[in-house]
Amino acid sequence: MTDSRIKPAGVSRRTILKGSAALAGVAAAGKLSAFPTPAIAQEPVTLRYLSTAVNQSPAIAEKAGEELGINIEYIAVTTDDVAKRVITQPNSFDLVDTEYFALPKLLPSGNIMGLDASKIKLSDKIASVIRNGTVDGKKVGLDGTAPSEVLYLPAEQATEFAGEETGFLTLIPTTYNADTLGIRPDLIDGEVSSWASLLDPKFAGKAAILNIPSIGIMDAAMAIEARGDMTYGDKGNMTREEIDATIAALIEAKNNGQFRAFWTDFNESVNLMASGEVVIQSMWSPAVTAVRTQGIPCKYQPLKEGYRAWASGFGLPVTIADREKDAAYEFINWFLSGWAGAHLAKQGYYPAVLETTKEAMEPYEWAYWFEGQPAEQDIHAPDGKLLEEAGAVRDGGSYDERMGAVACWNAVMDENIYMIRKWNEFIAA
Amino acid sequence: MDAPARTGASNAEKGASRATDKQRTSWTAWWVAYAQAAPMALVFLLFFILPLLATFVVSFWNYTEYSIEPAFVTTNYQDVFYGCVARLPGLCTTFATYLSTLKFVAIVWAATLAIGFTIAYFLAFHVRTLPMQIALFMVCTIPFWTSNVIRMISWIPLLGRNGLVNEILLSVGLISSPLEWLLYSDFAVALALVHLYTLFMVVPIFNSMMRIDRSLIEAAYDGGASGWQTLTNVIIPLVKPGILIGSIFVVTIVTGDYLTIGIMGGQQIASVGKVIQTQINFLQFPIAAANAIVLLAVVLLTIWGMLRLVDIRKEL
Repeated sequence: MTDSRIKPAGVSRRTILKGSAALAGVAAAGKLSAFPTPAIAQEPVTLRYLSTAVNQSPAIAEKAGEELGINIEYIAVTTDDVAKRVITQPNSFDLVDTEYFALPKLLPSGNIMGLDASKIKLSDKIASVIRNGTVDGKKVGLDGTAPSEVLYLPAEQATEFAGEETGFLTLIPTTYNADTLGIRPDLIDGEVSSWASLLDPKFAGKAAILNIPSIGIMDAAMAIEARGDMTYGDKGNMTREEIDATIAALIEAKNNGQFRAFWTDFNESVNLMASGEVVIQSMWSPAVTAVRTQGIPCKYQPLKEGYRAWASGFGLPVTIADREKDAAYEFINWFLSGWAGAHLAKQGYYPAVLETTKEAMEPYEWAYWFEGQPAEQDIHAPDGKLLEEAGAVRDGGSYDERMGAVACWNAVMDENIYMIRKWNEFIAA
Repeated sequence: MDAPARTGASNAEKGASRATDKQRTSWTAWWVAYAQAAPMALVFLLFFILPLLATFVVSFWNYTEYSIEPAFVTTNYQDVFYGCVARLPGLCTTFATYLSTLKFVAIVWAATLAIGFTIAYFLAFHVRTLPMQIALFMVCTIPFWTSNVIRMISWIPLLGRNGLVNEILLSVGLISSPLEWLLYSDFAVALALVHLYTLFMVVPIFNSMMRIDRSLIEAAYDGGASGWQTLTNVIIPLVKPGILIGSIFVVTIVTGDYLTIGIMGGQQIASVGKVIQTQINFLQFPIAAANAIVLLAVVLLTIWGMLRLVDIRKEL
């Protein structure tokens, strides 16, 4: 965390790197320091892997090193910083794992290039929910920036999406999931079955939402629509009137003392829930797991209006060198081949290719995580920690039930700038 | 009262005359002083002046979701003050944010001054021996051995709904249900800020007090002044520079603070820093830069106003 007074310096440094012509000299210096070291054929190739810390499992890097001889060097930053680095410093990484909803921002910058589907062995096995927005043949909600809408590019280097299926993919999925509300069943009377509960005065002073505007406003929209106040054309791409109405409803709730706190960091949501300050809040799946491993009951409550989904995937910077590019394809192919998918699935994420993941998991693990079956044996996290005892059932059930009930996807709106201004108004209210 | 001030002044005069008359100085060439100051000046230029200039320049640029473009537009400043005139007498986001910040500045300034002055007074006048003064002063700095985030976060288990304070009050029977306003509230923010920044008040005030000639206080007693009169007529006027320096620290830090307000306020309380952070996270650098420039102007204006109250150069 940095002091606010340091911020202006940060802005300007990035600004300079962004390519102000007047300050080109400094930009050149920035490039020099990030220049890949000259490749010597015999040395193992190093891939600088940019993503959030949540996606960076040391075990995956280790396994890739053993099996491929590729050295994975993690660069861990926050979700917002991933996008910032792609746009301002594309030469500071070789592989980026970023969310699909960032693509409408990233692609026009011309800093990422498409992945050639013909070089990805399992490209046609990628989960259908990502490829065409269907689960088990049925269409899911595509509000927001649905991956299927931003998956294809007309050519390797493009700054606009292709309307149809092509041979070039923007991102190869690493993880995706369906988010919902987390609750403390021990501190709540009665059932929670609708997003409307987030704004229910019954939970006044005991609810929390995310202070990440683009996601927080969608959770609010789910709640407002569920309450019957209004219907949105597209929750992930609101009109100014919809934004105004949503923020007005949020301000009213805030002034009535609905919210205990807002959170931006994964760990904050865990602490709010574990300490009992909050009994209902928008939450991410691993956070629910983190509360539970403390021995505190916490449920990832399925809701009748469905889930807000997100998906993250591998992209390549346009500045990548040939040797690194080959290694990146090799790594991605390995990533889809099973072991890595299973490793992530055991933390509650969904992997790109289900078939290979199934092969790499024990049958009882697959049954618990993907089929909604009661666990035959104790369920352990990849690091060996006990997650669930035998007999437990995954919240929300099977893959088809959870991903099939997706209502909207994390998004960046066309009116993003206006929305952030209104969001700041909400925080100041 | 001017005895120390006069010596200071005459020293300064001597320095000045020495500087103008090159013949009488040592063998050092005229440029040596500049060379000695150069490293710091260079660091300031590179890491303070240049970024600041860049921030200022960028605050006039255009931006989209993924790029910023050199331009000269004032839309960013218009956006900062969006609705501020139209919505009067209601408050726009920026005014509401600064008003909330101002409230904290006032509360924290008053509290740190009262506490800081008391501590410094005790250390300077009630503790008789120098070693003891130093020892107690060191005790005051012990909390600074940990990071301020840790010191802030450690309040949470104390003040929370199921925290220590609520549990004690409940078990004693003073309250029947937990107090909600202890945490994630204005109270929590003010408490944490006072806790974090009181030392910034103690140090300069203590320093000023230690420089007071004790015979002045004796003279006040001899002249028949009561303790209170001595305090208001002798001590407070003499420690004004210390109070001012401490106040500048506290006021500027609190104005720019967003971590404490964020953590202790449960992110429900607005701060300028948080607004800037949100905009940076969404790559809206130019409007963030405009906000930063406005914040800088407000802070500079505050300091200018405070310096008008006390002529710090004369007093030191």
